[in-house]
Amino acid sequence: MGFISNLKESLGAWIDRIFKKKRAKIGLYGPPNAGKTTLANRILHDWSGGESMGAASPIPHETRRAMRKEGVVIHANGSSIELDIVDTPGMATKVDFKEFMAFGLNESQAKKRAKEATEGVIEAIKWLDDLDGVLLVMDSTEDPYTQVNVVVIGNMEARKLPLLIVANKMDLPNAAPARIKAAFPQHAMVQISALEGSNIDNLYQAIAAHFG
Amino acid sequence: MDLISAEKLEKMTSMEKIRLILDKVKNGKIVVLECGLTSDEEVRLIEMTMTEIRVDEFSGIEIESYPSKKEGSFLDKIFGRNLKGRMTVIGPANQLRTIEKDKYQISTKVSVGE
Repeated sequence: MGFISNLKESLGAWIDRIFKKKRAKIGLYGPPNAGKTTLANRILHDWSGGESMGAASPIPHETRRAMRKEGVVIHANGSSIELDIVDTPGMATKVDFKEFMAFGLNESQAKKRAKEATEGVIEAIKWLDDLDGVLLVMDSTEDPYTQVNVVVIGNMEARKLPLLIVANKMDLPNAAPARIKAAFPQHAMVQISALEGSNIDNLYQAIAAHFG
Repeated sequence: MDLISAEKLEKMTSMEKIRLILDKVKNGKIVVLECGLTSDEEVRLIEMTMTEIRVDEFSGIEIESYPSKKEGSFLDKIFGRNLKGRMTVIGPANQLRTIEKDKYQISTKVSVGE
């Protein structure tokens, strides 16, 4: 029994090597409103028959539960990589319900959202233990030196897991990806607009190279 | 404001450090750690902060440290030496606000409670 299952595993790995097809569980991380869900939706749209991961919104912490999509096959660089994509809630060190009221939510809605947001941050942290790599999504128009970025990068470095920085929102006039590159020069970065899909093929090539 | 020495932090477990920081910050103190926290301790601090957020009482922390240095030297790797954490400032989110931060400097504004 053990011999047969070992043989199957070895054969599977051998076939994967021959056809350069690998599988990795990748988490989309970043501060709230960096565009994680928009990127997840873009990837699913391009490679998973137009499905969507979840709703995006200008109100922070729209994603408050991690969502996973299994078996997304990306073809790039002449090979394939099969991804399990985990869209995580935005990481934050503070959650204040008053911030949501500024977006038009009433007090009760804002408090409920704040409670769910804190649970979402914890869920995002728990997922770090169960990933093969991270796409760290940053808003190119914002200061890259946020503690969330510093903590996620430090954590992936400590775990020796691959990390790819995605400088998102390149469609906005004040986008400045050079600031991100200068802040974290030791990591590969791809600049894209997840909303418009610009430069997205470069991201897929980088994903295949990094996580394949 | 409390400045906590590297010597004191080195004698504490991760959980003791996190508890100490959160207790001080929840009491309105700004804490400066001479040698900071490890990346895992920072994640655990954020996790624990989330569990302690209460409406109108505690909305979380502001924490700032420098990005990690580049990889350790060859000798560091040979001898398994980890890079130590870097100086870190932590305070209540409603009192400590980061004005500007780059690789070499962190500028913060502290509001004195009423």
